[in-house]
Amino acid sequence: MIEVRVHEADFDVGVESNRLVHAGVGAIASFVGIVRAEDGLASLTLDHYPSMTEQALRMLAVQGAQRWDLAAVTLIHRFGTLHPGERIVFVGTASPHRAAALEACSYLIDRLKTDAPFWKRETFDDGSAAWVEARLSDDAAATRWG
Amino acid sequence: MIKILYFAWVRDAAGIAEESVAPPKSVSTVGDLGDFLAARSDGHARAFADRARLRCAIDLVLVEFDAPIAGAKEIAFFPPVTGG
Repeated sequence: MIEVRVHEADFDVGVESNRLVHAGVGAIASFVGIVRAEDGLASLTLDHYPSMTEQALRMLAVQGAQRWDLAAVTLIHRFGTLHPGERIVFVGTASPHRAAALEACSYLIDRLKTDAPFWKRETFDDGSAAWVEARLSDDAAATRWG
Repeated sequence: MIKILYFAWVRDAAGIAEESVAPPKSVSTVGDLGDFLAARSDGHARAFADRARLRCAIDLVLVEFDAPIAGAKEIAFFPPVTGG
C-alpha cells in the first residue's frame, strides 16, 4: 500500500500514522521534516517540477518496498511558502519488523533529498532571498544505501 | 520540437520557465543541447555556464549529460535538488 501526495496544505501526523496502523503490522516508523527556525529566516518557498515530483516519490516508495518487507509506505511533501516551525515532509513506513520499518524510513528520506525535484528558496527578514545550495552531506547520506 | 523546462535559479538565470526548440540533428546528447541552448541569450549562457551545478531530466527521468535526446518530448534543466 503506497500513498504519495504532493500539496501546499499541511498534513496531520496523527492521521497519517493511523493510516499506517491500518496496514495491520507490528512496526511503524515515521520522519517529519520541519522548517528550521534559523536566524533571520522569514520563510522558505518550495518550488517543484509538478509532473515529475509524484512519479519520483512513487518510484522511491516502490524501491523501498522492494528492498525491505514493507506493508505500507507514505510519502507526503509540501510546496509553496512555509514558515519556521511548519511541517515540510512526512515519511512513514509499516513493516512486520522494527528494523525494516526504521531502515526503510531512513533510506526514503535520504533518497528523497537527492532524487525528488524540489528546490528551496529562503527569504530573510531584511527582504533578501536566495536559493538553497545542495549539500554534499546529503549526497553522501543517499549514496551510503548503494 | 522539444519542450524545455527550467527550474529554480536556472529559470531565474535563463529568464524563462519554458520554451520549445527544434535543435539541428548534430545536437544528439543532453550536453550538446546545453551548448545549443546556451547560445540563445546571455541569460541562457549564464544558466549553462557551470555544468557541474546542473541536473537534467528527460521525460521526467533523471539522466546524465551524455544521455541521448532522440525521441525526447520534454527536457528539464535544474540545480541539484534541495527538498526534504
